[in-house]
Amino acid sequence: MNIVVPVKLVPDLVEELTIDASGAALDTMWLRLIINEFDDHATEQAILLKERSGGQVTIITPNAEGVDDMLFAASARGADRLIKLVGDFENGVNNHALARTLATTIKDLQPDLVLTGVQAHNDLDGSLGPLLAEYLGMPYTGYVSGVIVNGDKAIVRKEFPGGLIAELELKLPAVLGIQAAEQPPRYVAISKVRQAMKTATLEEMDAPGLNPDGGPTIGRMFQPEAAEKAEMISGNADVVADRLIGIFKELGVL
Amino acid sequence: MNQDIFVIIEHLRGQVADISYVMLAAAHELAQNTGGKVEAVLLGQNVQGLAGNLAADQVLSVEHPALADFTSDAYIKAVAGLTVEHQPRAVLFGHTSVGMDVASGLSAHLGLPLVGSVRYFESGGKFVSQICGGKIMAEGELPAPTALITLVPGGYKPEQGQSAQPPQVTQVAAPALDGLRVTLKQYIEPEAGDVDIAKEPLLIAVGRGIQTQDNISLADDLAQALGGVVCASRPVVDQGWLPTSRLVGKSGKAVKPKVYLAIGISGAPEHAEAITGSNVIVAINTDAAAPIFNIAKYGTITDLFDLVPVLTDKVREAKGG
Ligand SMILES: Cc1cc2nc3c(=O)[nH]c(=O)nc-3n(C[C@H](O)[C@H](O)[C@H](O)COP(=O)(O)OP(=O)(O)OC[C@H]3O[C@@H](n4cnc5c(N)ncnc54)[C@H](O)[C@@H]3O)c2cc1C
Ligand SMILES: Nc1ncnc2c1ncn2[C@@H]1O[C@H](COP(=O)(O)O)[C@@H](O)[C@H]1O
Repeated sequence: MNIVVPVKLVPDLVEELTIDASGAALDTMWLRLIINEFDDHATEQAILLKERSGGQVTIITPNAEGVDDMLFAASARGADRLIKLVGDFENGVNNHALARTLATTIKDLQPDLVLTGVQAHNDLDGSLGPLLAEYLGMPYTGYVSGVIVNGDKAIVRKEFPGGLIAELELKLPAVLGIQAAEQPPRYVAISKVRQAMKTATLEEMDAPGLNPDGGPTIGRMFQPEAAEKAEMISGNADVVADRLIGIFKELGVL
Repeated sequence: MNQDIFVIIEHLRGQVADISYVMLAAAHELAQNTGGKVEAVLLGQNVQGLAGNLAADQVLSVEHPALADFTSDAYIKAVAGLTVEHQPRAVLFGHTSVGMDVASGLSAHLGLPLVGSVRYFESGGKFVSQICGGKIMAEGELPAPTALITLVPGGYKPEQGQSAQPPQVTQVAAPALDGLRVTLKQYIEPEAGDVDIAKEPLLIAVGRGIQTQDNISLADDLAQALGGVVCASRPVVDQGWLPTSRLVGKSGKAVKPKVYLAIGISGAPEHAEAITGSNVIVAINTDAAAPIFNIAKYGTITDLFDLVPVLTDKVREAKGG
């Protein structure tokens, strides 16, 4: 089985996010990029499927600072092929542009399954998976947290609110938006990643003419203002705990 | 093209989802600007009974066996047919397990622009989307000709999209729904769990900030001392540290306790949407810019590992003394 996992890096939300001089985009200067959490789950799900029934896992990602390390880490976890798309990605592209260029490359890889993350927190023009599915002419299902491949079909678990799961059957090839892998993404020792750096090959492929049609134009970005910001309690743990005790008593839960 | 706003009503097993009413409310705001009507689109099989309280100028009802249960394939075909025929100014979907499977595919299929994660429309008709875990808002003009929108909750109240006056329902023939590649096999019911967190008055919620499974005991101890119940954000449940029945959020349960104590939780939209019914939210988070502080009544940036053990001791003291 041939599984392709498109992965992208997104801003780390633990860091402070600032808006650039244009007022309509994030300031990339200090942005720390990390793998999209759900792409990490998609990678894990792909490797689990390969371990269960054999096959090849290909990770494909637009080039950006930090992707080499991410690709080597995926290799250490069990990915077979690592592809870097080289194009004009520096200032960011929207998912329509990314999906169009990925579809061209992925078609040639002739996948049985394409696993994307269900969403990325900076998607402004929809998530990548369903766009890709349409450009590839494949069916799509998102919010997936379990996959079984059975001949030319995939049986997937799709999540609805409240923990309800729909078991759906999709004809392969298909694109799935992974919400959670069946197991948490595995930890790999740094030594294994270092090993991968020495042995794994990064393939580069061209992604010319990125076309963003279909995405909105952003006029302005801003940080949300709370209607009513929380009353902040400062001091050492002792002082804060005393105040919280007081609050619990006021609220009648203590 | 016309100026109407279509709302794709989300419903599951005979129940209209709250996001449908939120979308109707948003659609009215938008329609005021475009001067069009609000049309609710109800896809399914024997679902006319769900139309009763939809605040819409008209309900377009499309009935077909292939629409009896949600699949992306059938929905995309059905909505594509309606969109091409009526050419509305905008089509609203929930930014949900249903809407997100459909909107992007439709955008690529019909070559129409898509705006995701919209939270509200401004009076001038601009959209405002919520991204980066609720830390950034992005504003822009509604793209043309037909803008496909996925809407997140929070910008409108469900009650604003409900009406006591039943709307006019018009039956519309379904387009050809053949060659479908996705089929429903069965539903798997959620595990019941030992407690129903939706009904608990005091919740101690832990997030990724708790770091390890062993540290969950910090929350357990505090919950036991206070007489509350432990629940969690998605990463904690995905790690298998707590069962799914304790998951709070978009994919878990919505809660409305007297007190929600959020420990090491950032307050991402998918979590936040399910806790706004809490009477009082108290947040412990070292990141002063965490969105949880935008919805909490009380907050502290004290490290949870310093604070929680001390707090537990003091609760025990207060109870014992
Ligand atoms: C389709 C979909 C559905 C989802 N459904 C849900 C859902 O139902 N429920 C849900 O919760 N999420 C859901 N999510 C995930 C959601 O987007 C967030 O990723 C998640 O809520 C983040 O959980 P968190 O706040 O625990 O982790 P993080 O966002 O990583 O936050 C951890 C926080 O802990 C703080 N922290 C770290 N160390 C300490 C310390 N020592 N002391 C105090 N604070 C500390 C950090 O400052 C940070 O703010 C869903 C996502 C998607 C895409
Ligand atoms: N019908 C199914 N569809 C998708 N995933 C499944 C299904 N059944 C089980 N799984 C996943 O496969 C893994 C093994 O499940 P099981 O074979 O039921 O023990 C579990 O982690 C499930 O999440």
